[in-house]
Amino acid sequence: MNVHQSPVPILVVLAPLITSFLLPVVGWRFRPAVFPLTLTALALSCAAAFEAARQVARDGPLHYYLGGWAPPWGIEFRIDALGALMLLMITIITLLVGIYSKRSVLHEIPSKEVPFYCVFLLLVAGLIGLVSTADMFNAYVFLEITSLTSYALVSIGSGAAVVSAFRYVILGTVGAAFYLLAVGYLYGATGTLNMADLARLLPPLYESPAVLVGFAFLVIGMSIKMALFPMHTWLPGAYSHAPSAVSALIAATTTKAAAYLLIRVMFFVFEPRFSIEVIPVTTVLGWTGALAMVLGSVMALAQSDLKRMLAYSSVAQMGCIVLGIGLANAAGYTGALLHLVNHAFMKGGLFLVAGAIVYRTGLRRIHELRGLSRHMPVATSVFTVCTFAMIGIPPTGGFFSKFYLMLGAIEAGNWVFVAAIVLSSLLALAYLANVLRYLYFPRDEDGGEDEAAAIPIPPRRHTAPWTMLGPMIAVAAGILLLGLFNGEVVDRFIVPALPAGLDAGGGVR
Amino acid sequence: MGLLEGAAGQLNTVGYIVLMMIGFYAMTGKSNLVKKLVGMNIFQWSIILFVVSLSAKRDASIPIVLDGHGGGAAPVLDAARYANPLPQVLMLTAIVVGVAITGVALALLLRIHRQFGTLEENELLERLDASSGS
Repeated sequence: MNVHQSPVPILVVLAPLITSFLLPVVGWRFRPAVFPLTLTALALSCAAAFEAARQVARDGPLHYYLGGWAPPWGIEFRIDALGALMLLMITIITLLVGIYSKRSVLHEIPSKEVPFYCVFLLLVAGLIGLVSTADMFNAYVFLEITSLTSYALVSIGSGAAVVSAFRYVILGTVGAAFYLLAVGYLYGATGTLNMADLARLLPPLYESPAVLVGFAFLVIGMSIKMALFPMHTWLPGAYSHAPSAVSALIAATTTKAAAYLLIRVMFFVFEPRFSIEVIPVTTVLGWTGALAMVLGSVMALAQSDLKRMLAYSSVAQMGCIVLGIGLANAAGYTGALLHLVNHAFMKGGLFLVAGAIVYRTGLRRIHELRGLSRHMPVATSVFTVCTFAMIGIPPTGGFFSKFYLMLGAIEAGNWVFVAAIVLSSLLALAYLANVLRYLYFPRDEDGGEDEAAAIPIPPRRHTAPWTMLGPMIAVAAGILLLGLFNGEVVDRFIVPALPAGLDAGGGVR
Repeated sequence: MGLLEGAAGQLNTVGYIVLMMIGFYAMTGKSNLVKKLVGMNIFQWSIILFVVSLSAKRDASIPIVLDGHGGGAAPVLDAARYANPLPQVLMLTAIVVGVAITGVALALLLRIHRQFGTLEENELLERLDASSGS
């Protein structure tokens, strides 16, 4: 067996995991050390992710056998090009949100930073583990770690946050339970849990009812976890009531991790032909995604609360990603993955800005933000960059992911999907440009002098601190870099891990 | 008749689906949040019971090789005589996860009750509307 074993995959997970267990002890004796320790763990994890990506590019997929037990008996961590891309995305975003969270947490949830960072790091460890593991049951455990920590983080928020968190618990658990059931069926049919081993054993069993049922449950479970319309009902409340830093973190990462798991199982554990031909999952996903894109955007348009609008926009964008998966051709798949990464950055950025606005002014309603660009120029600029990316204006990353999705839809010959992509982009323009209008233009349309000074800005905090501005600028820069170097991203991370048997023209007809 | 015989052979499947539907009904049909949580638990347990039942086998023994290290001749291993321990071990982990979720959910319910003074969903919604309206 010629596998490249490396300890790097486990290091990425261990840094946040061990630190999160250390934090309560450290915080109990010496509270000021908590934040630096958190950042160190996140930075270590990020550095290890870069090292992993470098090694993957050099030697191909990395393997790590936990406890030295070789698969299929032991648990294996495996990072290929796709995993490396997800690892980089997760570690970079969590590092930025970590830096940002310092002042935001002090402001919104004072004196709770020890439990907050403890759970925060545990969430990061869960996300990283989920994209690194090559074991179906291990993935379930990591999935539940991310979910449990998300429930806890959402519930820290004020007002109705607890109620939203409870709804999230119920639906999230149903999603995870479906995944568990799927793992049970697949194990019953094959007797293995290792993904590579499953991929080897499954093809002769494609017609078996146990495999079909298991796969169906898996798709439904992951759809709930990734808030695919119409199973998105937990998402708007959870995102809009959570503390700002948490909204940015979970909006950027948790649904993406679920989408990753779906992609991993659909295209790598099963062969693509299974979900295209044996049961028409890709067709269903494609149409559901298209519906989610349009309806999510329409619902976003109807919101008056900034964070709630962004949450509904997330529903639409997850639809976009699912549509790319449903196209089931190389261009659609590339578009879905690119959009996954882009959306993590742009939605993360938008929620960071929303959080900065709350921090600075305490305002949440869109129509109250009149003329805010005068007071918060950097935040509004970041918001503008993210908006351009959401709409898909060229130098930003959003353009290229939409481009690949369009290409995929045209290759599949499905003009309804093309129309859906265009329509959802136009609707995104409508709801986001509406916010921009308020941000940049202080006057009413009737020319009346509606005073920008009416915004109650506490005098002591004239500017958002650098720990908040820095990450926001970094996210905006990330969006531009993802656009400028999108070819690099596709060549380096997506093409090397293109699933076999996913060629042009397949998928939805 | 054929259907009944089929169902008898697949008793575990029928059982878990029935339990699952009971849980699903409680989650969606009940307005009390504690009952919703109980429904969620039944839902989870139904799946755990099903996966454990996958390894059930008549006249099987526990998968421990007696005299395995006892020197002399190697013990005869006949895999068919042993029950597969792996589903049970996996479900042990799943149970732990389930307990953790139940704990978190109960903590949330406690906070909801402290904050809003009710655990009935319709009353809760009224109070939420009232607080956001003012």
